[in-house]
Amino acid sequence: MSAHEGSEVEAHAVGSTRLFVTVWVWLAVITFIEVFLAYERLRPDLMLTLLVVLSLVKAALIVSYFMHLKYEKISLALLLIPTTIFCICMIIIFFMPDGLRLMQMRMGH
Amino acid sequence: MAETKTVVGVPVSSPWGGGGSPFAINSKKFGMWLFIVSDTLTFSALLLAYTYERLANPNWPRPFEIYPAIAKSTSMTIILLFSSLTMVLGVAAAHKNDRAKTVRYLLLTALGGLAFTVLHLTEWVNLFHEGYTPWSTPQGVPLFGATFFGITGLHMTHVTIGVIYLIIMAIGYGKGKFTSDDVEVSGLYWHFVDLVWMFVFPMIYLMSVSLSG
Repeated sequence: MSAHEGSEVEAHAVGSTRLFVTVWVWLAVITFIEVFLAYERLRPDLMLTLLVVLSLVKAALIVSYFMHLKYEKISLALLLIPTTIFCICMIIIFFMPDGLRLMQMRMGH
Repeated sequence: MAETKTVVGVPVSSPWGGGGSPFAINSKKFGMWLFIVSDTLTFSALLLAYTYERLANPNWPRPFEIYPAIAKSTSMTIILLFSSLTMVLGVAAAHKNDRAKTVRYLLLTALGGLAFTVLHLTEWVNLFHEGYTPWSTPQGVPLFGATFFGITGLHMTHVTIGVIYLIIMAIGYGKGKFTSDDVEVSGLYWHFVDLVWMFVFPMIYLMSVSLSG
């Protein structure tokens, strides 16, 4: 019994074919949800929010399972992910207030 | 080497003593992760710049019809996702030391990347015929052409480099020149290319679906 449990943990650590196919199916389903949203032609701001959220879910699935980060030492994820998010937030802080200002200016007249 | 070395009482083999990797991965894999972080920031900056231009410009072109452009780019997305699946199965086979199976999966992944590039190029040719070039659009918003072809072109370059990388990896691993760790590093690169497309596809294609028809 314990030997069986041990082998299962090991198989899970490298990831089984079934796990990869499940993750892939989820990624495909989220892609089709995104395409459906485009088909519905939602308001651009709502559309952008939904698309970014869904894409972040897809990115998390790819990074954790396909890129194996979930099974690495936690120190690697703690090094890579917060720094990336911090830098992206810095880009957003520099770009976006001005982009929104320009949008309001052109919608004003 | 038989006795444990110590530096001021700390065994050198401790991760904090410089004796081991604090991340417990080899240096090639760590290097690839650092490259991925820097490339993530490149694409983030490009996509955010695209979004900025889009917000700031009136009459931003929305050239993509549901059929054929969106149908084609959706199938490109599924092909790229599928190549990610064959890549991850190839890495799993490499860890089981099944060389023949790994080479097959690697070549299948490269084929997926090639199919993606060919479909993408036909999509570009369609856009050229409709009057969209890197320096002009029919609506008179050249920035759309510059940013669209710039971002998708940079991504396509990554896919092309990835295809070459995977073919080299398949040949080298088949001959026994590379280890399963090297296959895993090439896998990280390939999944990253897939990951970038997961943002390019919604933010450029789906956000610019044609409003007519």
